[in-house]
Amino acid sequence: MTDINALTRTWSGTHGTEPWGALDLRLTDTCLRDGSHHKRHQFTAQECHDIVEALDASGVPVIEVTHGDGLGGSSFNYGFSRTWEQELIRIAAETAKRAKIAFLMLPGVGTKDDIRAAQENGGQICRIATHCTEADVSIQHFGLARELGLETVGFLMMSHTQPPEVLAKQARIMVDAGCQCVYVVDSAGALIMEQTADRVAALVAEIGDVADVGFHGHENLGLGVANTIIAARAGATQIDGSVRRFGAGAGNTPLEAFIGVCDKLGWETGVDFLQIVDASEDVIKPAMPEECQLDRMTLMMGYAGVYSSFLKHAGNAADRYGVSGAKILLEAGRRKLIGGQEDQLIDIALMLKADQEKEAANSTA
Amino acid sequence: MSKKTAAIVGPGNIGTDLMYKLLRSELIEPRWMIGVDPSSEGLRLATGEGLEASHEGVDWLLKQDELPDLIFEATSAYVHREYAPRYEEAGIRAVDLTPAAVGPAVIPPVNGEEHVGAMNVNMITCGGQATIPMVAAVSRAATVSYAEIVASVSSVSAGPGTRANIDEFTRTTAAGVQSIGGAQQGKAIIILNPAEPPMIMRDTIFCAVPPDADRDAIVASVVAMEKAVQEYVPGYRLLQEPQIDDPSPATRGQTKVSIFVEVEGAGDYLPPYSGNLDIMTAAATQVGENIARAIA
Repeated sequence: MTDINALTRTWSGTHGTEPWGALDLRLTDTCLRDGSHHKRHQFTAQECHDIVEALDASGVPVIEVTHGDGLGGSSFNYGFSRTWEQELIRIAAETAKRAKIAFLMLPGVGTKDDIRAAQENGGQICRIATHCTEADVSIQHFGLARELGLETVGFLMMSHTQPPEVLAKQARIMVDAGCQCVYVVDSAGALIMEQTADRVAALVAEIGDVADVGFHGHENLGLGVANTIIAARAGATQIDGSVRRFGAGAGNTPLEAFIGVCDKLGWETGVDFLQIVDASEDVIKPAMPEECQLDRMTLMMGYAGVYSSFLKHAGNAADRYGVSGAKILLEAGRRKLIGGQEDQLIDIALMLKADQEKEAANSTA
Repeated sequence: MSKKTAAIVGPGNIGTDLMYKLLRSELIEPRWMIGVDPSSEGLRLATGEGLEASHEGVDWLLKQDELPDLIFEATSAYVHREYAPRYEEAGIRAVDLTPAAVGPAVIPPVNGEEHVGAMNVNMITCGGQATIPMVAAVSRAATVSYAEIVASVSSVSAGPGTRANIDEFTRTTAAGVQSIGGAQQGKAIIILNPAEPPMIMRDTIFCAVPPDADRDAIVASVVAMEKAVQEYVPGYRLLQEPQIDDPSPATRGQTKVSIFVEVEGAGDYLPPYSGNLDIMTAAATQVGENIARAIA
């Protein structure tokens, strides 16, 4: 029988585990970045302060803070931020006593200047995300981040769309450019356990001797925790989650649940389970506009392999033009849209509206 | 009037596609194709079309007894910044298809005639050529306090230059949205989509205008601009009627204008989905011809 406690790798700690001691897995909470989608980018300075304070006190070692679409994401296309992201990063860095503050950037949306500003505001870990076939657009940004002395993480978004060997090659491009940990990112919440394990294992085989491998899950098919456990067993040593699932689509891997599971399995995360559960009830929940749910829209995203951040934008377009939000998402999947193409959801809604009007005209004719 | 002579520097996808367009020009004769790699497909094709092709770079070109009237630069921003002063020294007009932005920027239907006397003009970026005309169209009808463009192109039509330097794309395009589009503030976003079969270039233009802006005038100006661009890029089209959203907190209290376009290329050298490259070479041909007329 398989030993469910066995980990093939533990976090190397090459980046300095102090003051946590040796960790088996290093966790990053993404409420204040992925949750920005669910919050429609309306975090206040106070909410940012309170969430960072609670997570930091629980022992979460890394907290990611940025507009949902990364540095420079505040826009018509993705939604304008209520509080400037650089201000949120500054507040987070000032509030955290132990945790490192990470920030996300997407080449093509943000620029190197944004990375410099984020570091000046106290960001310490630069996470750079590309679609999982386009890693080469990140080379200049990894180069700069390392030059600035930032710790680096690479995000291969929509990892379900490519086989393990393609992802491994893309991970190699990032590592060669200066990336210290590459994440398999299940942006659509579409990966099903063994598919997660195969992808993580392929990255470990390709870059494991020089870099960490990470996993970032979504709940659109209800597999966030399961996928994350199997990713850890396959050798992922950096793990993302969001307390209370506070993330795009049906949300991320619920970090507090995953921490509970790690306790049961004897995997050291450095986070106090009871404290993070309290933080979830007392601090995270009040900051959420509503719970992240498995419903018709979010299930459709996992099922059709659609980028989780499209959820709110598809909902907006459905309301504006009187068409089905689920149909918008299915068409987005059929068109193979990738992260960043939120504008195309409006085009899809207009097309569906034209179809509806044609049908109505035919039925009355 | 005799044709003005031109050299194309950079025999990659853009340079080769541009060659086929210039071969049809009544004002410009493409006579040289310059590269640095002897095995370049573009150099081979240029030889086949009767151009003099060299893999010995710009140094070779500038040593020739006869120099071109015009140079079309289709290398990279770094290379162009290095060579631009030498072109000027030699008295050669440069049309720069990289985002180097050494000279003033030109978008044919907006300011095509404005810089015909300049020694160096810049074509901004493919995304800029596809979207700035629309920002300018809205600006003609209303004050644009902010404009944002989203360019989606197929991965296969984004060359190594764009990939290595995606920041140049966003920065140069955003600057053009302001300086030529007329927006008080500009932002640019680019997405590379790997879908197979490759997607045709799509661009979305969002503009913030005052709540009391004349909506009919905006729509009329956008439709007129579609026609103006179609004169040199027949595959440029509005996908939808311009969409106008009432002011709300989500639009920061401004009226939001959304314009959706698709750019299908002529398929000269690159396949039709590469509308991003086609609009660049078509615009550069227009600009080159304007300069050729001016120096006649």
